[in-house]
Amino acid sequence: MDQLITYLQYPFVVYAMIVGCLIALCSSLLGVTLVLKRFSFIGDGLSHVAFGALAIASVLKMNNQMIVILPLTMISAILLLRAGQKTQIRGDAALAMISVGALAFGYLILNLFSSSPNLTGDVCSTLFGSTSILTLTRQEVIMCACMSLAVIILFVLLYNRIFAVTFDEDFAKATGVRADIHNLIIAIVIAVIIVVAMSLVGALLISALVVFPALSAMRLYRTFRAVTICSAVISVVCAFIGIVISILAGTPVGSTIVAIDVIVFFICWICGQLTGSYNR
Amino acid sequence: MALITVKDLAVGYETGIVASDINFEVNTGDYLCIVGENGSGKSTLMKTLLRLQDPIRGEIVTGDGLTRGEIGYLPQQTQIQKDFPASVREVVLSGCQGRLGWRPFYGAFEKQAAQKNMERMGIASLASRSYRELSGGQQQRVLLARALCAAEKVLLLDEPVSGLDPVVTAEMYGLIEKLNREGITIIMISHDISAAIHSASHILHVAKTAWFGTKEDYRSTHIGQRFLGQEGGRT
Repeated sequence: MDQLITYLQYPFVVYAMIVGCLIALCSSLLGVTLVLKRFSFIGDGLSHVAFGALAIASVLKMNNQMIVILPLTMISAILLLRAGQKTQIRGDAALAMISVGALAFGYLILNLFSSSPNLTGDVCSTLFGSTSILTLTRQEVIMCACMSLAVIILFVLLYNRIFAVTFDEDFAKATGVRADIHNLIIAIVIAVIIVVAMSLVGALLISALVVFPALSAMRLYRTFRAVTICSAVISVVCAFIGIVISILAGTPVGSTIVAIDVIVFFICWICGQLTGSYNR
Repeated sequence: MALITVKDLAVGYETGIVASDINFEVNTGDYLCIVGENGSGKSTLMKTLLRLQDPIRGEIVTGDGLTRGEIGYLPQQTQIQKDFPASVREVVLSGCQGRLGWRPFYGAFEKQAAQKNMERMGIASLASRSYRELSGGQQQRVLLARALCAAEKVLLLDEPVSGLDPVVTAEMYGLIEKLNREGITIIMISHDISAAIHSASHILHVAKTAWFGTKEDYRSTHIGQRFLGQEGGRT
């Protein structure tokens, strides 16, 4: 405990905490919708796209890599969510294609053109999250906070529409809800969250942040509102505990958070089983 | 003027026309039953009526001040809904979504409408229960209440009794008839022709050449007799 308090006196630790919790909160909010829409894997696919985009950006030696990463990820997100509806290649196949393709090309580009002395280390930290969350600058924290805030506000304002469109898209469309626009907004927001979250848990583990809190909350609660709130709480708590443990024990941040998420899921699952059988 | 007038309509997808030469009109208070064999284009027609897809040819004219969004819709249940965590109240309220316009949240008016329609469907006591834990008949009532929140004038029902047991099926038909007597125009797709023809006022038979007319006329046509006879023989 004393050790923790000592660490908390360093601003970079506090920054990491803030950013980690905000990212966890945002990803869990949309996670509920994604899991219910059967898009659990979109986070994974998009993060691979983001990795590919990152590879391009770093080869081009761009100062602000976001200019490449964000638009590319957004475009893929829009394409993928559209593909879920009606195209020649169905949703899951399109997802697999884009995600593996982007991963392969990203690594290939890095290998061919990168001048970095420690290529494997770079790739590994992009895929599994790095300690870069502990080296965030003030600007980065502010930017991340702004993005998260925008996502949260958007989610709250659109909450009822997101529910209607997720529960029954045809009905929503028939009664005059602009479902296409909402799907577009959801796609863009997911892309933003994934790009931001890459610095925390890395490209390979983002899906966990999106999927686990939602699934855990669904074991425990049976209404949309309760599931949404519960998954947000679970996600933030897990991220917080994960960061604390990783700082104290020196474990990698991303995988520690995900490990906590997995453990919490099993606890929720057991609780759900127990109360479920009790109700019946 | 009729509530909905359909002229020379052809429906289908990019891959081809599913049904064509559909002509009919629906007046306030009608109970139209759309019948036809599997794959004859009933559901496609309904999606076109709801403007979920564009007609290939022909037109759909709405009259009597009926606008898009004033048609309530009872869709067939989707796979997603089977494990969707949502309370009955949340589902019914979502029917009011189309009325909100740019407002982000439901107001007192929408909440009242939801409450009223839950009572109307006899599910007010289930309001905080989870939708996925209800029986098939109760779920249909929830979706019907939601459809009523969306529209007071016209309801489009897509196979409202599929998967329900005979007792619940009869209840469901009773409920729909009651709504019809209260002045709501009903357009219903059904496999179950013998029960449907019992309460319907008009029949639209979707086939290669579509047939439309009153229930009495339908009984005397060749196509109707054959279809009714078939169904009768099967049960």
